[in-house]
Amino acid sequence: MSARSDTLLWIAQRASAALLALCVTVHLFTIVYAVRGGLSAAEIFARTRGSAGWFAFYTVFVIAVAVHAPIGLRPVLTEWLGWRGRTREWFVAAFGVLLAWLGMRAVLTVFG
Amino acid sequence: MTALQVSVWRGGANGRLQRYEVPRYSSQTVLDVVTHIQRRLDPSLAYRYACRVGMCGSCAMTVNGVPRWTCRTHVDKVANDGRLELRPLRNLPVIRDLVADMRSFFDKWERAKGHFAGAATKADDFARVAPDSPARHAADAGIECIGCGVCYAACDVVSWNPDYLGPAALNRAWTLVADVRDAKTVERLRAIAGDAGCHACHTHLSCTERCPKHLSPTASIAGLKRAVTKAALEGKL
Repeated sequence: MSARSDTLLWIAQRASAALLALCVTVHLFTIVYAVRGGLSAAEIFARTRGSAGWFAFYTVFVIAVAVHAPIGLRPVLTEWLGWRGRTREWFVAAFGVLLAWLGMRAVLTVFG
Repeated sequence: MTALQVSVWRGGANGRLQRYEVPRYSSQTVLDVVTHIQRRLDPSLAYRYACRVGMCGSCAMTVNGVPRWTCRTHVDKVANDGRLELRPLRNLPVIRDLVADMRSFFDKWERAKGHFAGAATKADDFARVAPDSPARHAADAGIECIGCGVCYAACDVVSWNPDYLGPAALNRAWTLVADVRDAKTVERLRAIAGDAGCHACHTHLSCTERCPKHLSPTASIAGLKRAVTKAALEGKL
């Protein structure tokens, strides 16, 4: 990786971290609010189905996770396993795609 | 007069600790202890020192598990129970006994482009840098490094990622990036960005905690991260 690519990845990780701080806060407050009178699948679906606002919010949340986590995984793989080079980059890219797919599948199920 | 029980690393990477009993004196430094062993008990002991007054940076060792400059470390402060364990600096190959091979440490200063590169010639007037300007303060904060290697030995990231430039080389690069006379800032930023450079720092602050000159390489590395980010966003990297 070039100095420029590494720097852009670092910026992307910090920017996604800022988004995650906001998203996690909203998510936790929503959970606390939602379970006040007990929790049921029907109640959740009633709130989420067809809600464009929540759909957009959780889409942003999933994208931020899919950007943030794989970039953070790169130094972990190098420092713990000594894994460097192109294979590491393909692995973390695949991990990012997996997170995005799993996350968006859940979002589409709950909001679709 | 009481005695100190001192365990000293002997040999190379596969060496062992050897016990010595050293008389205890007031105002005794750890370097005094090592010198006593070498001059009175075992002349084959290898260690390194020069100035004895905290200027040259050559006497750093691991003292009871912590990297320290030994000439300014009083026994009172580190051996309350009368025991000392002395090993060579961590993260560097051992040459023999308490002498670490500093080549990789200084090679990284080269890799970080740790030498001044100005644009002025002898025909130009002196550069005027106001002592109270923010740029001067930024450079001043890191300029007193004596190259002792304590920060490098204290850094966990160096032990996990041997390519990492380390706190001292990055601190040096920062003092040059912050120098308004610097003519090779972009080359320098290219050299210190990335996986083996400033972005590898986990901000554990071990370097800042251990620096005997009370510098903060962590703050210097943060400064480099800001400078690299600005250069990348401006398309200069």
